Amino acid sequence: MGDLLLLPWLAGVGVALVGGPLGCFIVWRRMAYFGDTMAHSALLGVTLGVLLELNPTLGVLLVCTTLALILLLLTRCPWLSSDTLLGILSHGALSLGLVALAFVTGLRVDLMGYLFGDVLAVDGMDLAWIFGGGALVLGVLGLIWRPLLALTVHEDLARAEGVRVGAVKLVFMLLIALVIAMAMKIVGILLITSLLIIPAAAARPLAAAPERMALLAIAMGILAVSGGLLASAVWDIPSGPAMVMAAMGLFMAGLARSRRKGY
Amino acid sequence: MPTELTSAIDLPPPRTTGAAGEPLIQARGIRVAMGDDLLLDQVDLWIAPGEIVTLIGPNGAGKTTLLKVLLGLLQPTAGSVQRRAGLRVGYVPQRLVIDPVLPLPVARLMTLTHREPLARVRQALAETGVEHRLQAPVHGLSGGEFQRVMLARAILRKPDLLVLDEPVQGVDVSAETALYQLIAGLRDRHGWSILLVSHDLHLVMESTDRVICLNRRICCEGQPDGVSRHPEFTKLFGPHASRTLALYSHHNHQGEYCCREDEPCPHRGSATGEEGAT
Repeated sequence: MGDLLLLPWLAGVGVALVGGPLGCFIVWRRMAYFGDTMAHSALLGVTLGVLLELNPTLGVLLVCTTLALILLLLTRCPWLSSDTLLGILSHGALSLGLVALAFVTGLRVDLMGYLFGDVLAVDGMDLAWIFGGGALVLGVLGLIWRPLLALTVHEDLARAEGVRVGAVKLVFMLLIALVIAMAMKIVGILLITSLLIIPAAAARPLAAAPERMALLAIAMGILAVSGGLLASAVWDIPSGPAMVMAAMGLFMAGLARSRRKGY
Repeated sequence: MPTELTSAIDLPPPRTTGAAGEPLIQARGIRVAMGDDLLLDQVDLWIAPGEIVTLIGPNGAGKTTLLKVLLGLLQPTAGSVQRRAGLRVGYVPQRLVIDPVLPLPVARLMTLTHREPLARVRQALAETGVEHRLQAPVHGLSGGEFQRVMLARAILRKPDLLVLDEPVQGVDVSAETALYQLIAGLRDRHGWSILLVSHDLHLVMESTDRVICLNRRICCEGQPDGVSRHPEFTKLFGPHASRTLALYSHHNHQGEYCCREDEPCPHRGSATGEEGAT
C-alpha cells in the first residue's frame, strides 16, 4: 500500500509547498472568493482542452488567465460590487463548463474526478506538472514577494515607494491560475481554494511575521495532505474531501490555541 | 505672492525665504475632475528646500487628492507637476490600518518595500523614539507609536521631502505636541522639506513656514503669525477652545484674516464666482 500512496503523497506535498505561501496572500488580500471563481472556471478549461486536443492543464491555464483579465477589466465598473461580479463569473463559468462538457459525451471525462479530485490516479506526468509548475510559481512568487506584500499593506504607499502595483497584481493573478491548474487533480476544482486558504488560516495564530506564516502554512498543508491521504487509505473515504477535513482539524486546533491565548 | 507684513509686532521672522534654492516640487494649474465632480482646480504649489508647508482646509477640500497628485499617484486632469531630478520623497499616508489577518512586526513594516540593514532601522526608530518597539507586532502599537513608526519608515528613505497626511491622527491629545515637535526637529536636524496636512493648526503654527488653505482652489496662503502662542490668545480661549476652533490668522490676497478650520474658507477668490458645496 505504501508504494501505491507514494505518488499521490508526493503530488499533495508539491501542492502544499506552493499553496502555503500563495494561500497566505489569498488570505491577506481577502481573495478567497476570487480563488473560488478561478477554480470554478477550470472545468471549462478541461473541456476546452479535451475538445481542442490540448493538455487539459493548458486548457485550464488558458481559461483561468482569460477570466482573470476579464475580472480585472470588469472591476472598473463602478455599479458592480466585486463580490457580485465574482458570483456571476464563478457560477457562469462553472455552468458554461458543465454545458460544454455535455457536448463532448463521446469522450469519457471523469466529471467527479475533476470536481472533487482523484489523487490516487496521479501519474508521473501529473507529478512533473506539479513540481515543474510549482518550482516556477515559487520562483516568481519569491521575486514579487516584497512588492506584493507592500501593496497588500497599502497600495498608495507601495506605489509612492516605487512598486509597480498593476504589474505585480497581474503576475499574482497568473500565479493563482497556474496553481489551480496544478492542484485540480488533487482535490478537484470545488475544493481547491480550501487547500489554499485553510492551511494559511490555521497558520495565522502561530505566526508573528508574514514569512513565518507562509512557512507554517506549508507545514500545515503537508500535514493535511498526509493526514487526509492516510485517512482515505485506512477508512476508504474519498481522498480530496479527507484532505480538506484534515486541514479543517488543524484549523480548529489553531483556533482553540489562539482562544486560550486570548486573541 | 504678496509678502508684505501689515502688523510686524506679533509676527515671528520667516525661517526660510521661499525663493532660496530651486523648488523641490512645483505644481502648476492642477485640476482634478472625477466624473462631474471637480476635486481640485487651478492649484499652484511649490515647496522650497528646508521649508515646512502646512495644508489646511475643510473635509472634502481635496487635501489628500493634492498630495496624491504631487506624489505622482494620481494623474491630474490638467496641469503639471515638476519634481527636482532625483527627488526622494518619504510618505506617511492618511489612516493606514493594517489588517490583523497579516502578522507584521515593526521591523518588517520598516523594510516593506526595501531591504535595510538592521542598524539603520534601529537608528530611524530611535530618532522617532520608538526603538524599543522594534520587534513588537504592529497591532499592539498605540496610535502615537504607530505614527512614530510610520515617520521612522519615511526617515529611512533619506528623503528630501517628507509628505505627511494627518500625522497626528489617532494620537492622544497629550502626545500631539510632542509629535509635532519631533516633526519640526527633523527639518531642523536634516534640512528636509516637509509638506503636512493638518487639522490642528494651533500646534503646527510654531514651526510652519507657510500655510496653504485649500478648498478645491487655494483660497489663501501665507505665513502664520504667532497668535496661538500669544499669552492673550491662550488666556482668552484656553487650550481646549483653540483646539476646536483651530483659529489662526495669516495674510491672504486681500490682506484679510481667514479662517476657521470647521467651516469652508470664506476667502474664495472673488473672480471664481460659483460657491462649491463641501
